[in-house]
Amino acid sequence: MILVHIDHDRGVLDPVSLQALTVARSLDGDVHAVVAGDPAPFAAELAAHGAAVIHVADHPAFSDFAPQATGHAVAQLAERLSPAAVLAGGTARGNEVLAHAAAFLDAPLVADCTTITLGSPSRVVRARWGGNLLEEATVDASLLLATVLPHAVPAEPADGAGTIEAFAPELTDADVAVRVVERLGAKAAGVTLAEAKTVVSGGRGMGGPESFSMLEDLAAILGGTVGCSRVVTSEGWRPHAEQVGQTGTKVAPDLYIACGISGATQHLAGCKNSKVLVAINTDPTAPMMQVADYAVVGDLHAFLPVLIEHARAAASQP
Amino acid sequence: MEILVCIKRVPAVGSALILTDDSMEVDTRRLGFQLSPHEENAVEAAVQLVELHGGAVTLLSLGTQEAEEQLREQLAIGADRAIIAVTDGTEPDPQATATALVEAIRADGASFDLVLMGSESADVGGYQTGIRVAHALGLPVVTNVKGLSVDEGVARCERAVGSEREVFTVSLPAVITVRDGLNIPRYPSVPGRIKARKKPVTTHEVTLSAPRVVKQQLVVPPAAVKGTVQLTPDAAGATALVEAFREIGVLS
Repeated sequence: MILVHIDHDRGVLDPVSLQALTVARSLDGDVHAVVAGDPAPFAAELAAHGAAVIHVADHPAFSDFAPQATGHAVAQLAERLSPAAVLAGGTARGNEVLAHAAAFLDAPLVADCTTITLGSPSRVVRARWGGNLLEEATVDASLLLATVLPHAVPAEPADGAGTIEAFAPELTDADVAVRVVERLGAKAAGVTLAEAKTVVSGGRGMGGPESFSMLEDLAAILGGTVGCSRVVTSEGWRPHAEQVGQTGTKVAPDLYIACGISGATQHLAGCKNSKVLVAINTDPTAPMMQVADYAVVGDLHAFLPVLIEHARAAASQP
Repeated sequence: MEILVCIKRVPAVGSALILTDDSMEVDTRRLGFQLSPHEENAVEAAVQLVELHGGAVTLLSLGTQEAEEQLREQLAIGADRAIIAVTDGTEPDPQATATALVEAIRADGASFDLVLMGSESADVGGYQTGIRVAHALGLPVVTNVKGLSVDEGVARCERAVGSEREVFTVSLPAVITVRDGLNIPRYPSVPGRIKARKKPVTTHEVTLSAPRVVKQQLVVPPAAVKGTVQLTPDAAGATALVEAFREIGVLS
């Protein structure tokens, strides 16, 4: 049996958890899910992705995200059920909860796996350097804990009974001490970077903060949002919330337009899953120009106004 | 306030990851080294907290003596002393990393109010060292922090979730792992660099436990073969792009 930790934000299911269920099914036909808190809003979806049993950790701490308490609950369930592996989505939360579980179990954890093969030893392929490099590794453990790299496999539907089984984890005061106590900033009206279908991004080649108004104009016409590279936030030209990359936000929009971005691995880690990449750069040998679907060799300061004019004219036509 | 910042020296890879002949390491013969990115923010946060509340910042790096280069750089921005937990230079797995860090912290003997580190390293990206260290020290841990303040022994931590921020509060002592965007790290000043030369860097030998996650080899993922369409920076290029925007469906 494979146990999959399901992440949700106050009832809203994290889609990467469904991808983890799909990976679990490829390892073993018997897949159980574990949820901290109320699974009612998405229990049917877990069953429709192959969960035979949904174990529900019942505790007042789970009214909002409590990472150590969740990790402890997952560890206790794993000790009781002795699954062959415990998986989760390789998101910030999934990695965090399994790291707590691994610490409680004194077991190895391999994060961001693209391939998992159970055995003695188990074998994994996992992402390093933000996915720019893969590591093949063996794991010496009777219980494998692993998280699944987001979007490594698509979630596939499968029939599962989805039987709900509640359990009461034994949690300490220390387990429940760290949890969300407050939330700041209601969802902004505009699209967020991670959700945007179009991202218009600028790098060092923008030359300064004032040039970003061109990117805002183009993003507005295309119904997208503005992103940037790490050097731009380090220089203080744009807020960090707009940074695309290994240390910023990882995006996978339909269209990514990179303006004056050379394409360091730090940045490519955040944008290489975009469906269509456009690069505008004076240097035709820049790595971004090599991975782009469309490469424009030239000065963005001269070309962007032309592109904005054409896009605006096209948008205003029926 | 006594603050410990755990930092990692990693290759500054820039735009290309080239492997050694045995595919076990990134070939660093032509590369410089740097601090793993989130940890620049951890040191900056520590220096700011000590400027505000008093105390001292200690740095700890696990690896080889060569980390002194990165430690001196961070001593120059305001950290007070540094410890190198010297290993045989092999790459530990995350459990061995945490165990060795904890051993070095205990051997140092100082009592720290706050232990800061990056949420994950740039090179290995295991997402667990901070949590394992916290468990071993019996301390609470908040991860992925992008906003941090301390008031009367309680740290207020913010982490980003989409456009929202979640707030966690935790009583010190605690472990907090931070992300890029927490602050804008300062550059070392010339007087800072001169002072840093005289600040103490001590070493402590640690023996790494055998890795349970054993690297077999590294692989550069095959690049998708793309026929890049070359366009000119003029009206013709703009027309071609607008046509592509329509095909993608982002321009109705």
